[in-house]
Amino acid sequence: MVQEVAHREAGGQILDEPELPVVVFDHVSLAFDDKVVLKDVSFTLLPGHTKIILGASGAGKSITLKILLGLLKPDAGTVWVSGRRVDDLSEEEMMAVRANLGMVFQEGALFDSLTVRENVGYRLYEETKLPLEDVDRRVEEVLGFVGLGEFSERMPSELSGGQRRRVAIARAMASKPKILLYDEATTGLDPITAMTVDDEVVKLRDIETVTSIVVTHQLRDAFYIATHAAAREEDGAITIGAADREKEQESEFLMLRDGLIVFEGDADALRHSKDEYLKTFLS
Amino acid sequence: MIALIVGWLKTVALEVQLYARLLGATTRGIVTPPFYRHDIVEQFDAIGVASLTVVLLTGFFTGAVLALQAGLTLDTFGARPVVGRLVSTSMILELGPVLTALMLSGRIGSGIAAELGSMVVTDQINAMRALGTDPVRKLVVPRVLAGVFMAPVLTVVSDFLGIVGGWMVARFQLQVATGLYWSSIRRLYIQDLEMGLIKPFVLGFVIVTIACHVGLRTTGGTQGVGRSTTEAVVAGSVGVIAVDFFLTRILISLLY
Repeated sequence: MVQEVAHREAGGQILDEPELPVVVFDHVSLAFDDKVVLKDVSFTLLPGHTKIILGASGAGKSITLKILLGLLKPDAGTVWVSGRRVDDLSEEEMMAVRANLGMVFQEGALFDSLTVRENVGYRLYEETKLPLEDVDRRVEEVLGFVGLGEFSERMPSELSGGQRRRVAIARAMASKPKILLYDEATTGLDPITAMTVDDEVVKLRDIETVTSIVVTHQLRDAFYIATHAAAREEDGAITIGAADREKEQESEFLMLRDGLIVFEGDADALRHSKDEYLKTFLS
Repeated sequence: MIALIVGWLKTVALEVQLYARLLGATTRGIVTPPFYRHDIVEQFDAIGVASLTVVLLTGFFTGAVLALQAGLTLDTFGARPVVGRLVSTSMILELGPVLTALMLSGRIGSGIAAELGSMVVTDQINAMRALGTDPVRKLVVPRVLAGVFMAPVLTVVSDFLGIVGGWMVARFQLQVATGLYWSSIRRLYIQDLEMGLIKPFVLGFVIVTIACHVGLRTTGGTQGVGRSTTEAVVAGSVGVIAVDFFLTRILISLLY
């Protein structure tokens, strides 16, 4: 698979083909001084699919996302995003790759000196030459999508935790990236608010066909995202219900333990795993 | 003991390397697009205009106390009428640039380190990079430009207010005639003015780049932000005094 992606990149093709992965981690390792945080991690992710990375604190989940986004460089191994090798790119070269990536950080990481509207439209206002009216329209659209249309002029400090995460999701999706990364998007939220965030993840995946990588240690959220699907009704309303078996298999779990992959498979395989560590984690 | 010294030397070498890299990235950001004009204007206001009050007060009282002290000493030699020259030379050559820089180090150095440090520990810097913005171009370059160009303006204002402060003391306390005070100032050399104007460009650069470097290297949550703020002020102030010495040495050999 890696050779195929590399071959396509050499040919200068943009990967937009359903059978080829948009994300490839190939034997990636990283250590900070003596502390190894990722050991020989390999996985792939197909377009429109979801990868749910589980693990205890310090297992290397967030580091995986940061490597993918080019915020950290691996010590060994290769990383491919949308058909482009990113582990050896400079910061400036990486900017072009990031145009296809959106990330929702832990706690949201909203710019606290900007309003919700400015936060959501940040990339479009600052890094594109789109007319202001078009940017404003897109900002209203994504804020409407996450149900925060009337909050556009508020400051982040005036929002609740759940609202901040939804603004962060709106900011990540505003520039229509093909891949969205969620780093503990529901941590610290009450179950009901967390479910509203989960719904946004499911809606983006199924309605906007965004490829997703969800990092979490909240099992309830992980299984909810894997086992639910969103659909647009004839009247335009979006409904969320239980996913069919085929849809469920598009969400793959990856369990990390001390930087090593200890499980890879779908929700059903995870539930029925005989591994003692997994059983303890799931209990 | 040796291990401690080696560890300390490694830390110093790393900091110097990272500071040099930041300077390189800042220089690239100044001469190549994209430019964030709105942020540049905002920083000129935040660093320049907002620092005016503290610089005005510092300059005025420094000039006044200088005249007061100098009056006593000059009386010993019967040279009270040259108090204007002493105040103006001291203010323009040394006290204006250095005290303005120290005030700026306390006011904007701490502010920059705290702001950037908070952005680092709350992942806002990473979010900015993820959204396609280079934090050096967006955050460091506007602050450096504002520091470099507003420090001389503030220094000139401080020099002037210091001389005015000195005049008030000379006129009303030391009973030196106004004409005598101002005419003694005219005897300044052009090289004095050049030195007084060149210094703040460099000192402004030193303060802001140190504060940005320290802020962007913040680790350890809110406690780390506090630590960075203190470090920025301490390192900035020591940097100002040290750079002032070496710069003065160079300028004396070049200008006089």
